[in-house]
Amino acid sequence: MIDPTKIVTGDVIPDAAANEAQDAKASLQLASQWRLMWWRFRKHKLALVSGILVICVYLVAAFVEFLAPFPTDRMISDLAYAPPQRLRLLEKTEDGLKIGLHVYGYTYTIDTLSLKRDFEVDRDQKIAVRFFVKGEPYRMWGFIPGNRHLIGPVDPGAAFYLLGADRLGRDLFSRIIYGTRISMTIGLVGVTMSLVLGILLGGISGYYGGTVDLIIQRIMEILRSMPTIPLWMGMAAAIPYYWSPVLVYFMITIILSVIGWTWLAQAVRGKFYSLKTEDFVIAAKLDGCSELQVIVSHMVPSFMSHIIATLTLAIPQMIIAETALSFLGIGLRPPVVSWGVLLKEAQNVRVLATSPWLFLPGLAVVIAVLSLNFLGDGIRDAADPYK
Amino acid sequence: MGKYFLRRILYAIPAMIVISFVSFLLIQLPPGTFADTVAAEMMESGGVTEGAIKAIEERYGLNQPIIVQYWKWISGILLRGDFGQSFIWGRPVGTIIWDRLGNTLLLTGFAFLFVCALSIPIGIFSAVKQYSAGDYIATSIGFLGLAIPGFLFALILMFIGFRFFDQSIGGFFSPEFTRAPWSWAKFADFLSHLWMPMIAVGLAGAASLIRIIRANLLDELLKPYVATARAKGLSEFRLLLKYPVRLALIPFVATLGWMLPQLISGATIVSVVMSLPTTGPLLLRALLGQDMYLAASFIMLLSLLTVIGTLISDVLLAIVDPRIRFR
Repeated sequence: MIDPTKIVTGDVIPDAAANEAQDAKASLQLASQWRLMWWRFRKHKLALVSGILVICVYLVAAFVEFLAPFPTDRMISDLAYAPPQRLRLLEKTEDGLKIGLHVYGYTYTIDTLSLKRDFEVDRDQKIAVRFFVKGEPYRMWGFIPGNRHLIGPVDPGAAFYLLGADRLGRDLFSRIIYGTRISMTIGLVGVTMSLVLGILLGGISGYYGGTVDLIIQRIMEILRSMPTIPLWMGMAAAIPYYWSPVLVYFMITIILSVIGWTWLAQAVRGKFYSLKTEDFVIAAKLDGCSELQVIVSHMVPSFMSHIIATLTLAIPQMIIAETALSFLGIGLRPPVVSWGVLLKEAQNVRVLATSPWLFLPGLAVVIAVLSLNFLGDGIRDAADPYK
Repeated sequence: MGKYFLRRILYAIPAMIVISFVSFLLIQLPPGTFADTVAAEMMESGGVTEGAIKAIEERYGLNQPIIVQYWKWISGILLRGDFGQSFIWGRPVGTIIWDRLGNTLLLTGFAFLFVCALSIPIGIFSAVKQYSAGDYIATSIGFLGLAIPGFLFALILMFIGFRFFDQSIGGFFSPEFTRAPWSWAKFADFLSHLWMPMIAVGLAGAASLIRIIRANLLDELLKPYVATARAKGLSEFRLLLKYPVRLALIPFVATLGWMLPQLISGATIVSVVMSLPTTGPLLLRALLGQDMYLAASFIMLLSLLTVIGTLISDVLLAIVDPRIRFR
């Protein structure tokens, strides 16, 4: 962004540069609010990188069927808790180095006492790996048929565990990718629900004030004073076990937004409260705009950017909450795969000590939450470009 | 001042009533009652008699409307201190909850101390030495603390303790101390078990407080009165603690109110992971087994704790910041 102060205080500016500076200044004054926000957001490098990362994660969530080498339920029970394989490019043969993606298979011995398998890399078993390989057929988003996977073994039945296997010999890499879809969307859907509730109730509260405001404020205070995890636990435990996964999914998002909406409502209420007496709102009213028109076309656009920032910061909270509930076994349940469901497998510390790769879904949570937080911080800073 | 406190306490009373009702309602949400759970169990072990189920429903008043059940329950608590009967344990709820609740309080109390001890000095340091290496380290720790959920952090700590230090996992005491009377040795053992859950519960709170204190202090440090004090030759350390830090701590006190629900939430789930004898694991079991009086009592008491905590923080805030009292 061009810094206007530098232009103004510059000493003797050569003609061409002066013209350029004039142009820049003019464009700064003519720029729309959203353009100014974008300029300011762009300066926040960490937020920019995080924003790109968030887009990538949502792209992963969108194309899981193609990106994951296997479906979530594909198992090789002989390879339970198989460690991650290393993807290799070069192979030593008698006639020199050969190029070709491959991994090595396993051999294992079973400990007679603990029945634990000890895995060894078996250099004799070469498993060829290709990009855009033909594999298990799938239906993208439930209707586009396909059978190409971004990466996978040439022989679809071969052992291919880039991030190790779980207790049933299922591929953790594929499962984390599938979990991305559920975990990332649950935040979005939950936030949307909170948004509707928050704008509605916060708007009423801030716009009308008085008794309605007092009652809504009290309700918010009480909801917020209850410790969230026990409250969520109580509600989540009430979900009948025989419900379909889809129904459970929506129930969980509703549960998460029961508390989430209060924060949004508070932000909206504060904005309504301060804008209500602004000149442009009074002018619109005097011009004969209906109440709905005043709210929708005059007030909401002026605090939209703040709402977007609050929303971005609310999504990671929802992701963490879903993970926590599923981890406790009262959120989403298998066969649904979310990061929390995957982490439930990591509950036993003895198992973790021998197969630490079960932590990896947790790493996915941390990356998603961190980048959403940085992105939200950046948007919040950019939300008021006139400051 | 007195008037302010009185009003604040009066505000808390309707909140408590609503909370007690919501806690009770929550437990009624699952379809079916405890009697159904028992019926299902009887079915599995062969034969279910209509009479036995009826007797259970009769005994606990399960077939009455919710509002009547609620009234029975809450009046029992208020008048006789009777929280009802735990179905799973076959004992009065009152005999089960108190030491569990005490442990929760102990854990959150220590976690709270940890939060303060960590966030105040680090917050001050990273504001005074803004953009130094230490500031960047503190900020990164703060962000990680916000991003790692408490239960995951608890798992990581347990993993490290198990793998590298061979520390026994779970519980507040080593087996040899579990039933022993309190002594210094037992206390030391307790502390050696406490540090892990304490950090796991407190980290997220500490992380957000570091950010709050840093931001507030940065605002204060630029104000003219700081320059004036410095010009008058006050030593940097005294100047810092005497004026800007005191002001920067006001929002800190205000955040203590919502810190408590957060800590209790965190303690609940961390306790499940580390199987600590607090309310967490028991609440989870009670919820899964539809043990309604036990679960409702836990949720209500935990929520009341936070209401009281918020009340204390509001009172503290009024003491620290006179502007609030006179509003």
